[in-house]
Amino acid sequence: MNNILVTEEVTKQFGNYTALDKVSLEIPKNSIYGLLGPNGAGKTTLIRIINQITYPDSGTVFFDGEPLMPSHIAKIGYLPEERGLYKSMKVGEQALYLAQLKGLEKGEAKRRLKYWFERLEIGDWWNKKIQELSKGMAQKIQFIVTVLHQPKLLIFDEPFSGFDPINANLIKDEILNLKSRGTSIIFSTHRMESVEELCEYIALIHESEKILDGKLSEIKKAYKNNKFHVGMAIDQGSLFLEEMEQRFDLAHSTYDPVEKQMNFTVQLPSDDSRGLLGYLSTKGKVNHFQESIPSANEIFIQTVQQKGTHA
Amino acid sequence: MRKLPLIIKREYLAKVRNRSFVIMTFLSPILMVAMVVLIAYLTKLNDGEKRVVAILNESDYFSTDFHTTESVSYLRFFDIDLATAKDSTANMGYSGLLYIPHETDLEIVAKRAVFYSKDAPSSVLLDKIEMVFQERLRQRRLQNIGVSPKDFATVDDRFEMDTATYSGEKNLKHINEIKAAIGGAFGYLIMMFIIIYGGFVMRSVIEEKTSRIIEVIISSVKPFQLMLGKIIGTSLAGITQFAIWIMSAGILLFVALAILDIEPTSLTAGQDVVNSAAGELAPPIPAVDETLGLYSQEFFKIPWLMLICFFLIYFVLGYLIYSSIYAAIGAAVDNETDTQQFIFPIILPLMLAIYVGFFSVFNNPQGPIAVGFSLFPLTSPIVMLMRLPWGIGEGGVPIWQLLVSILLLVGTFIGIVWLAAKIYRVGILMYGKKPSYKELFKWLRY
Repeated sequence: MNNILVTEEVTKQFGNYTALDKVSLEIPKNSIYGLLGPNGAGKTTLIRIINQITYPDSGTVFFDGEPLMPSHIAKIGYLPEERGLYKSMKVGEQALYLAQLKGLEKGEAKRRLKYWFERLEIGDWWNKKIQELSKGMAQKIQFIVTVLHQPKLLIFDEPFSGFDPINANLIKDEILNLKSRGTSIIFSTHRMESVEELCEYIALIHESEKILDGKLSEIKKAYKNNKFHVGMAIDQGSLFLEEMEQRFDLAHSTYDPVEKQMNFTVQLPSDDSRGLLGYLSTKGKVNHFQESIPSANEIFIQTVQQKGTHA
Repeated sequence: MRKLPLIIKREYLAKVRNRSFVIMTFLSPILMVAMVVLIAYLTKLNDGEKRVVAILNESDYFSTDFHTTESVSYLRFFDIDLATAKDSTANMGYSGLLYIPHETDLEIVAKRAVFYSKDAPSSVLLDKIEMVFQERLRQRRLQNIGVSPKDFATVDDRFEMDTATYSGEKNLKHINEIKAAIGGAFGYLIMMFIIIYGGFVMRSVIEEKTSRIIEVIISSVKPFQLMLGKIIGTSLAGITQFAIWIMSAGILLFVALAILDIEPTSLTAGQDVVNSAAGELAPPIPAVDETLGLYSQEFFKIPWLMLICFFLIYFVLGYLIYSSIYAAIGAAVDNETDTQQFIFPIILPLMLAIYVGFFSVFNNPQGPIAVGFSLFPLTSPIVMLMRLPWGIGEGGVPIWQLLVSILLLVGTFIGIVWLAAKIYRVGILMYGKKPSYKELFKWLRY
């Protein structure tokens, strides 16, 4: 079993509205998996099905090879997008309650909470009430409660909203640390650029359907279109430009006559970057040469547009 | 299922530690007792006010008939004319002037007697004076037809119809009202409990929605478990509060009345004192002790154990039905102001049960209306309890009615909790939607 979670043609309808339409996913073990898509695409519904908050109308979910069942809840940690805490309860008491609901025994829960409170440097919050804490502070508590029962699978829905950059980094490091210890992680977000750097695998969800999924590096390889960003030091800019435009498909060209610096983007018909670089180096000093890799967002837009033209 | 006790414990503690709940728990009995004491004190004050009535008696009658009592004292004028008497009565601020003219015939004297006062006289005072005249007239009329006062006393013995059940047990006439009042008290208790603590359940659900903790919780427990835990926890807090109220109110009332030296019976027995101020021929009051004994006998014959058992059954089922509706309402809305349209249909059957119960059960505990409402599941917890003090079986609630009522209630309980749980499950994750009944109906199919 290499997948922690598999969904097979999961479909969910609310009245006449289809929230998920035959979504099939395979989420590999010990990976960070990005569930990307705009607001209202169906990500949260899918996550709620995985957490057994709602149930699919048809289709099956497998957790670690077994059909999803109530006992799996203790092996999943979920940080919902709509997250809060009881306002008038004390921090420690509340964390303890939520940990016990996840099936932890009281003494064990307390011991682990102490560890995490110290790790995130919030040890003196134990007896504070939630209403005395800022939003970012409350988010730390929520994070701790999510990971406390050492789940095999962690699901974060818009994890970084509400965190300041410093704490967002802190949490990011903790997540990577958890991953290095064998946890599988699902990120769900509509801000695709924000978790792209973390994810090894992604799935794009659009209008209740999965439109693309797979290993991010492979997707990018498939979507790169032989575009290269080039920067060169050139004396005779306009002359060179003319020559280039005859040979290549050029775009975004700029020339700074003072610095004698030329920047442009080349679209090659094939993957022959070596030939291009060889040619360019005979013309001047190449100081910048980079293959243009599409972002998840660009891939998303492109895929949606392709879908539209097919339909 | 070991999560359920955790939820119950949290809900209970959250409620019991809540500051306004604590304040209400300890303040309410004090307020209640203060009110009772105030009423008792004011009643006493009112009774204590002594009225003075001046009498100008020009006749030969009534010279010894007006006795000063606790509440009225009489002052006699002699040898002045009516105008002067009126003036001085008004000047002295007395309650009024009773003028009895000089005539030979008692009938005419009585007819021409006038009570003068500044405002319309109090009916209690007037009753007393009229009573004196009436007694005197009666004696005169009896004498005229040749009946001696002694003979009359034997004739005027008060008669009471003996009532009995077919099996020959002695019945008491007012016992029906007492029984209805006992049943009514139980029913009223259930209604109050539902309205107060059902509301608490609803607010607690809304709080979980607005604080956005709900999704964190239901990723660990089933929504149904959470709803059930909430209802049970809140009702345990409610029972704690009720117990504190009843105990402390009892103690406080006892202490307060002892300190202020107010007889508890004076709260109810005000009327009788007035009526007993009759003339010497008033018929002897039938042995009060004996009747009282019968009442207390009957009171203890009420099947208390059975009543309390059924109270618990109807209370638990009724409360669960209503509070799960409250929970569903809480889940359907985003804030408390949106709840009004849903609350009214809940309160309606409760109110109906109380009023219909009081009117029809008082009149005829086994009548068709009483039977109907004690079978209908949304009103039966209240109305059936009002009927139960008459017992089960002959003369009371037929066993089949009791069975049907409980079966219907259990069936409704299962149905309503199932429906409420469905609405709850969907509603707690819905934000920013103003729910309508149509919307709720749609949720049932999600």
